[in-house]
Amino acid sequence: MGDIVVSGLGKAYKSYPSQWSRLAEWINPSGKPKHRLHWVLRDINFHLRAGEAVGIVGANGAGKSTLLKLLTGTTRPTTGKISVNGSVAALLELGMGFHPDFTGRQNAMMGGQLLGLSVEEILRLMPSIEAFAEIGEYIDQPVRTYSSGMQMRLAFSVATARRPDVLIVDEALSVGDSYFQHKSFERIREFRRAGTTLMIVSHDRYAIQTICDRAILLQAGQLIKEGLPVDVLDFYNAMMAERDQLLVRQEKLADGRMKTISGSGEATVAEVRLLNENDETADSVEVGDALELQVRVAIKAPIPRLVLGFMITDRLGQCMYGINTHRLDQPLTDLLPGEEVLYRYRFPANLGKGSYSISLSLSREDSHLDTNYEWRDNAWMFHVVNTRQENFVGTSWLDAKVDISRAAEPDTSRATFP
Amino acid sequence: MSLKLGRALWRYRGFVLGSVKREFQARYRNSLMGAAWTVLQPLAMITVYTVVFSQLMQARLPGVNDPFAYSIYLCAGLLTWGLFAEIVQRCQTVFLDNGNMIKKLSFPRICLPTIVVSSALVNFAITFAVFLAFLLITGHFPSWVVLSMIPLLLFHTMFAAGLGIAVGVLNVFFRDVGQFVNILLQFWFWFTPIVYSTATLPAVVRPWIRLNPLTPFAQAYQGIFVNGTWPQWSTLWPSIVLATVLCVLALSLFRNRSAEMVDEL
Repeated sequence: MGDIVVSGLGKAYKSYPSQWSRLAEWINPSGKPKHRLHWVLRDINFHLRAGEAVGIVGANGAGKSTLLKLLTGTTRPTTGKISVNGSVAALLELGMGFHPDFTGRQNAMMGGQLLGLSVEEILRLMPSIEAFAEIGEYIDQPVRTYSSGMQMRLAFSVATARRPDVLIVDEALSVGDSYFQHKSFERIREFRRAGTTLMIVSHDRYAIQTICDRAILLQAGQLIKEGLPVDVLDFYNAMMAERDQLLVRQEKLADGRMKTISGSGEATVAEVRLLNENDETADSVEVGDALELQVRVAIKAPIPRLVLGFMITDRLGQCMYGINTHRLDQPLTDLLPGEEVLYRYRFPANLGKGSYSISLSLSREDSHLDTNYEWRDNAWMFHVVNTRQENFVGTSWLDAKVDISRAAEPDTSRATFP
Repeated sequence: MSLKLGRALWRYRGFVLGSVKREFQARYRNSLMGAAWTVLQPLAMITVYTVVFSQLMQARLPGVNDPFAYSIYLCAGLLTWGLFAEIVQRCQTVFLDNGNMIKKLSFPRICLPTIVVSSALVNFAITFAVFLAFLLITGHFPSWVVLSMIPLLLFHTMFAAGLGIAVGVLNVFFRDVGQFVNILLQFWFWFTPIVYSTATLPAVVRPWIRLNPLTPFAQAYQGIFVNGTWPQWSTLWPSIVLATVLCVLALSLFRNRSAEMVDEL
């Protein structure tokens, strides 16, 4: 249960030049077609095994929502086949069909029935729906008195009252307070552990990287990349920066990670080195080491303004720290071809144990989304080990000290130690 | 295929029943007298017709000399026309009105017209019960003949639902259909012997009125309640066949176009 096989899937909408041409086609179905097909998805193939979690990323209009709608069965494919094995629940739009004048309980009843649950089943699930939504007495108040967050809570609780074999989630989830967001993600994870296949569309990098084991990148209706979430998202980010102007390259690194390089190329990173206190190149550093990041930049074409930024990310792609010469008020101006610039960033390795990667960005302004001379993901990798400092947890070394004082003299007469 | 529709409906019976109930409740929410209004509404209508037509205007049906006859005649025709018109008019916009839900949720679409038809039948049942009570009180209750209402209403509803669903599907693609049907219904009402009887019409017009497939239904209802006579099935069968054909056509249109409908909404 929970397998999804999508083969040769395509979806096209018909567009008619006018209502009259539509009528002509209706009246004479065997005649020459009067419509043009407008393809929103084309030749999509993938296979999800039960219990897998896949994130779908892509720009607006890439076809993500259409793909989800096809999977839930609200729209039917124009070409190809989808086979979904097992029950499907979709969180496309929460609170759909809620009636403001009825109480939360009545609406939960209705919402459950709309999902195809029987009355007995909903009654049985009602206590858990109530408990999960945490809206207290409001459950018996009309929904129009709810805040939008409360409505979301209830809607989410109803939609996920029963564990489906396949769960399809649209960005809908980003509503509600952070407590409930956390809680709903926990429920989704719980479903996963129990074997639910998950498909999620989100622009939230964190969500996709922490939940999914695979990601699919859609662009202009086609599946252009499939792989580990980190790789696909890096590629996507680079692509977004490029819009559609220039090339994006990806190289496979020795450890299996992808190195993504993109940009228009007026300036390029000629050499990167991370040095430790003894001026040795550092693949492995100690917590608290003073590091120096050396970046040699070669200028290939005249550039009015140049900013170099670096960003340290952890294994999951979470940003630990990032800074650039714009924010440090040291942009360079009017550079000419043939010039070389050596940047030396110095910082202490106040990071926790683990592996990290450094990405570099050469741009004109603060953000590489504006003009991207070069963006280099995973330009340098290093490990942080901890043999000298106290054994702390987490990714930030805050170097905590502690002072403890015991306030009063003990009452020795009542000591119970043996 | 129809079996599949039926099975889908059965699986979602909870949703259909719940929706009908909710629609009924929604109408009288925040009112003090609640469902009493459902009864007061038809009661007012019957009273008005009785007082205005039979007492004030002294309107009489040709050949019947009962002061209540004309108001019974009117109610028999109007109440059932009301059922027909409600189904057609609401089915016609049911897909458009629920467009957002159709696009976002996966459920059998056939539920939507089913809800409309069921809720129209509930409304009719209440109104009709008031009418029957009125007949009992005034001593005009038509004995066993009233049982023939069951098959009559069945086919009449099929006629309305078939027409309504077909128009509802077409209306998604061509909005003109909805506009046209609203106008058509107005003419149709006056071309059906509801407020007048065919006996009062000029002879030239009568055969034309007989071509109207709703005429036999109206006349059958009026026959039951005014004269206490069984319907003449011989005049009814063309309308019954038409009702069945409409239903089959509507369902096949619905099936063929429901996927495309979602894209169009």
